[in-house]
Amino acid sequence: MSNLRTLMFAAALGAAAPAFAEEKPVDPYTQSNANAGATPFTGEQMLAAFNGREGVARIVDDTLDRSVADPRLTDIFRATDMERLRRTLKEQVAHLLGAPVDYTGRDMKTTHKDQGINTAEFNLLVEHMQLAMDKEGVAYRHQNQLLAKLAPMKRDVVTR
Amino acid sequence: MTGKTQAVLLALTLAMTATLAQARDRETSGKLLLTGGVTSLEGAGGGGLATWATITGYETVDEVGANAHATLVQLPDYQFRAGGVAVGFRDRVEISYTRQSFDTGDTGSKLGLGQGFTFNQDIVGVKVRVLGDAVYAQDSWVPQVALGVQWKKNDKDAVITAIGGKDDSGVDYYVAATKVLLNQSLVLDGTLRATKANQTGLLGFGGNKNDDYELQFEGSAGYLVSKRLLIGAEYRSKPDNLAGLKEDDWVDIFAAYAFSKNLSVTAAYADLGTIATFKDQRGLYLSIQAGF
Repeated sequence: MSNLRTLMFAAALGAAAPAFAEEKPVDPYTQSNANAGATPFTGEQMLAAFNGREGVARIVDDTLDRSVADPRLTDIFRATDMERLRRTLKEQVAHLLGAPVDYTGRDMKTTHKDQGINTAEFNLLVEHMQLAMDKEGVAYRHQNQLLAKLAPMKRDVVTR
Repeated sequence: MTGKTQAVLLALTLAMTATLAQARDRETSGKLLLTGGVTSLEGAGGGGLATWATITGYETVDEVGANAHATLVQLPDYQFRAGGVAVGFRDRVEISYTRQSFDTGDTGSKLGLGQGFTFNQDIVGVKVRVLGDAVYAQDSWVPQVALGVQWKKNDKDAVITAIGGKDDSGVDYYVAATKVLLNQSLVLDGTLRATKANQTGLLGFGGNKNDDYELQFEGSAGYLVSKRLLIGAEYRSKPDNLAGLKEDDWVDIFAAYAFSKNLSVTAAYADLGTIATFKDQRGLYLSIQAGF
């Protein structure tokens, strides 16, 4: 009974909370689309293949949901501000696919320098993204085109 | 004999799979499916006919990967079988062992060798990745390059001498360059091989027509249809060392399917040309590979 009361109280609090959780502050840095780490595709074809920015948002959310739920990847998200990661990753992917959106996050090297990600973990993230793109119905050859942009980032993402 | 060998190969493969499955509590994620290739005829990681620069197994730079393979090529007048194991260390070094059998079947009698006469060859291979990255470095055209050596020993010295071969053993040296072009969903390989091998060594090494090392080319071009399916074609040029036993270049078209990172099957239609005077040796190439 007290559990139920706690639940109802929590639900009431939740309803009162703002729609977006607060992102934690980060050290100041210079915003630039160059931080996205690759040259974007030109034209509207690629973004369309990913069902626009809404498709990208679903893919990023699904990728991160799968990754966070993966016990092999628990450690690398331990200190991660997931709200910020979701927002900046959506920006980054949309930007790289040619959407008229700026990437406001930090560069790949700075973002990952203390994450301690190894090659196997990097690949797991890619595999979760592939599953998310499958779910969104993105054609395999278009998936590979995006991965061609992301793959070289391994140099900056993998630090051990 | 044939059935027995195949049963042994299958048992070996299954045993390896079981052992490897127990050895790992999780699927490794060293490479994207099929980007590491399958197992080539000579036991090294690659396509079917061509050896690639990729290091076998799905291990990363921090891990060890391994696989076992069993391969069968059914030709009109011969049967080729191979089985072996390969281990990849930290995506840097690959060590492989394969035993090839070239069964002349009924053709053996026609060649005067006797019914079911079978050449066997043991191949030990070492491959080292020296530069480049086939998969991740998508912002560069530089391929992954590996250097390799294959020690080959044939068990039919007397027959090899009789047909004009110079040696029952030989060493192949190769440099392989492999690149996955993700933007085009292509996997490309080109490999240069210094060799004296007759029919890859199944008919010995060197001959009465030529006994010098020659540089030969082998290559694959594949299209990644899906995460699990790679289709493509291969070509392999060969020496022609034996007088009277003309040797042709080899070609195939193939499809490699990965059921998982632990199991893949390659099916190909291979044209191996003339082998020991018997022309038009075209047939089905089937290879199963299990590993981690």
